[in-house]
Amino acid sequence: MSEQEFTITDLTRILLEGAGAGEGIDLGGDILDTDFEELGYESLALLETGGRIEREYGISLDDDIFTDHRTPRALVAAINGYLKELVAP
Amino acid sequence: MSVKTVITGIGVATANGLGVDEFWAATRVGKNAIGRVTRFDASSYPARLAGEVRGFEVSEHLPSRLIPQTDRMTQLALVAADCAFEDAGVEPGNIPEFDMGVVTASTSGGFEFGQNELKKLWSQGSQYVSAYQSFAWFYAVNSGQISIRNGMKGPSGVVVSDHAGGLDAIAQARRQIRKGSKLIFSGGFDASICPWGWVAQVAGGRLSTSDEPDRAYLPFDAAANGYVPGEGGALLILEDIRTARERGAENIYGEVAGYGATFDPKPGSGREPGLRRAIAVALADAGVEAGEVDVVFADAAGSPDLDRQEADAITAVFGPSGVPVTAPKTMIGRLYSGAAPVDVVSAVLAIREGLIPPTTNVELSPEYDLDLVTGQPRTASVRTALVLARGVGGFNSAVVVRATG
Repeated sequence: MSEQEFTITDLTRILLEGAGAGEGIDLGGDILDTDFEELGYESLALLETGGRIEREYGISLDDDIFTDHRTPRALVAAINGYLKELVAP
Repeated sequence: MSVKTVITGIGVATANGLGVDEFWAATRVGKNAIGRVTRFDASSYPARLAGEVRGFEVSEHLPSRLIPQTDRMTQLALVAADCAFEDAGVEPGNIPEFDMGVVTASTSGGFEFGQNELKKLWSQGSQYVSAYQSFAWFYAVNSGQISIRNGMKGPSGVVVSDHAGGLDAIAQARRQIRKGSKLIFSGGFDASICPWGWVAQVAGGRLSTSDEPDRAYLPFDAAANGYVPGEGGALLILEDIRTARERGAENIYGEVAGYGATFDPKPGSGREPGLRRAIAVALADAGVEAGEVDVVFADAAGSPDLDRQEADAITAVFGPSGVPVTAPKTMIGRLYSGAAPVDVVSAVLAIREGLIPPTTNVELSPEYDLDLVTGQPRTASVRTALVLARGVGGFNSAVVVRATG
């Protein structure tokens, strides 16, 4: 199985599908280092986002994924870590 | 010092229009908005008519952040809340957050949202169920979402007592105003025109099975044979009249002057149903004599047994044909928690215009000694109106609204 890559584009798409975007928030802008909380996503929005990532990529995320990775950049890197393990356990 | 609780802002969404102007333009002339169910294919169900809110595009009104986490009833309520703020000329940020609260009523909760998630649960698996199912279905969710969106952290809650709840919530809001809150949102919204919600309503056993939109919901008519459900409701902004005047409120629609609520006796006890006492309590609370009431907005259940009970209660208090009675809900169906708040809106607009909207489609059965306003609207000097609502399970509520000027 070849390695998939998870990008910021994938993340913003999943965020929009599962939780939408707040008023005045442009997910297409430079959000890589902005905390999810500042982007208007509370724990439930992140739970929904995590669930959607798990479903789509066939991975199982740690319960602490969003407390350990609070920005899109950190999360994208972490998800890619999971995807790497998937092909080379 | 006595507190006078007044209505200063209105948001309404029914089959007869979004917003006060559209709603009243249709309601005052008795426009029938009942039609075939279009929100799902109801052709194989025993009931096939509804009062649907048409032309509501949620994305035109709410940020995308709120859409995946809300049922239709909540979306309608959030938009109505925005309208009510605008109507009241209040920016939520201008009032301290702990001085504003939200007390709404709910009958069903978010059935359509719940149905979609249950479908995913059983067809795809639990990991496909939205995290927002945790609250999107919940009775209190409209109060919660309105409070979060507008930063209202004062006393809030939800009342669940079917149609009566719409008045019970307004009464609870009035209590909070009396206790010192500056602004309380009240009212109710239900919108369960989806297969799961429909089955639940059909199971209640009182839906009309007619296919003729103008012959399906006929309270107090010899042909009465059930009711047509609708979706929507209304939200009211309540304030103490002094607070409202101090901020220069442009719309002071009327005062919530009296309230009474009773519970029916045990079925089969042979004792009198509770509605007459609810009316008596509300009139006494308002300090109003029966002869001062200019119009009654009936609960209008649409089943002969319940119509008989209501007609008896009205006649007992006001005498035979002693007061004009109307049921504008014949145009839009019964809205559950939303019905009575919508009637309160019609009542204050009737006061404002001096016009009683008609009970549409209905021809009064000679069995009832009622002065039912049918066919055409009736011009009348309206200063005091009584709104009635009953809930399945024995709830009876009555509210008196009165002109303030």
